Amino acid sequence: MIKASGLSKTFDGGVEAVRDLGISVEPGEIVGFLGPNGAGKTTTMRMLTTLLRPTSGTATVAGHDLRADAKEVRRHIGYVAQGGGILPTAPLKGELELQGMLYGLSRRESAARAGEILARLDLAGLETRLGGALSGGQRRRFDIAFALLHDPALLFLDEPTTGLDPQSRANLWGHIRALRQEKGMTVFLTTHYLDEADALCDRLLIIDHGRIVAEGAPAELKTGGRTLDDVFLDITGRSLREESALPGKGV
Amino acid sequence: MLRDTWVLFRHGVGVTLRQKIGIVFGAVQPLLFLVLFGPIFTTFGTWETLVPGLIIQLGLMSMGLAGFGVVFEKRSGVLERMRVTPASRVALLLGRVLTNAVTLILQTVLLLAVAFAFGLRAPALGLVAGFVLVVVLGLSLAALSYAVALTMNEQLFAPVMSTAVIPLILLSGSFLPMSMAPGWLDALSHVSPFRYVLEALRDLFHGHYLTGTVGAGVAVTAVFAVIGLTVGTRVFNREHA
Repeated sequence: MIKASGLSKTFDGGVEAVRDLGISVEPGEIVGFLGPNGAGKTTTMRMLTTLLRPTSGTATVAGHDLRADAKEVRRHIGYVAQGGGILPTAPLKGELELQGMLYGLSRRESAARAGEILARLDLAGLETRLGGALSGGQRRRFDIAFALLHDPALLFLDEPTTGLDPQSRANLWGHIRALRQEKGMTVFLTTHYLDEADALCDRLLIIDHGRIVAEGAPAELKTGGRTLDDVFLDITGRSLREESALPGKGV
Repeated sequence: MLRDTWVLFRHGVGVTLRQKIGIVFGAVQPLLFLVLFGPIFTTFGTWETLVPGLIIQLGLMSMGLAGFGVVFEKRSGVLERMRVTPASRVALLLGRVLTNAVTLILQTVLLLAVAFAFGLRAPALGLVAGFVLVVVLGLSLAALSYAVALTMNEQLFAPVMSTAVIPLILLSGSFLPMSMAPGWLDALSHVSPFRYVLEALRDLFHGHYLTGTVGAGVAVTAVFAVIGLTVGTRVFNREHA
């Protein structure tokens, strides 16, 4: 579903955010992308979702070349950004319909699809509210609803549960698992929460200083009775628990 | 691209029409000039000279600050949510500027209606031709405003644009024709493209169609449209926009 090779991004001013990255994600996998603040997680995700042009390297996302066929990539992926994408002053119903139509659906198809997804995400009836009238957990689930309107094969989630209470996080995990189980959807997510990565992901990629430094199933990484936090500390020299207490920098 | 533009335009017009008070509020300043300054101006000038100036003032204030909307959309992540869809980047700009054009048309109609009640008597052809010029100018200005809003630090957008709009209004000769200004100010005003458009509007409102002034206004508007839409599209295409 994702095949990237030699992917790099150097920003103006010479900051190398991502270096020579190789990623392979199979259809139906839930892959967690972990790393300290500034490691290159968001930059990688923004490149894979066509929002940033890689400086070098190649990638195929959902069967389409990232550089040559960006529009087709967009047609087949859903993306939930770290900060979400909900206007506090707009009624959600109209925004959902618009988003679906920008994916090529008719108004009727878009409304029907929105109804179906809102029911699936326990949000039915809330679409008449303004974005600003939602709780944090509801807002996050609406962000996911926006990303699912066109039934994508691959869903990118950038820090989907940051700032949510434990109950809302667990609720969201349930929805993500159900998407994979019922639709066979591939999910690529970044997270600061090791319990989330452990419980939700089939495979983890750990990135530090713009490079993948470890990769494997959670059980494979936790050898010798170590926790994921021990693994993370050994590899990066930093504890992800400390990192999660810091505000995200989104590099 | 056309379908995406239409989808965004229809959505934008729906949102605009739900906020009717916003349309009226945007036209309040030129309306106040019309009502409180017009009767003084017409003791030595004509409504056909004053009203085009107020339309340019309206266009500059309303369209020059159109970028505010996209600042909120960028801050809330809505713009990025749209940029990750297959919708054309040009459509993301055009859908918005065409919505702004509808706002400008409604505000201009309101201004003209009040102006007619006060005594404006412009010929229909002049009004229609003037309308076209103003709408094209407004579209281009809105596109530039979006470009500035997406490029500039969002905290600076409001003070910079508000500050830029005032001298542009004054230099265009909105309130008094620049022919009444001292030589240095008259010369300086020639750097403002809005002066040419305003003078063309005044000719059109007086029923003079095939004049050099109208020609210059049309040419300046066309060049401004090409620049505005090109810059706007480029900025919407940029990865950091």
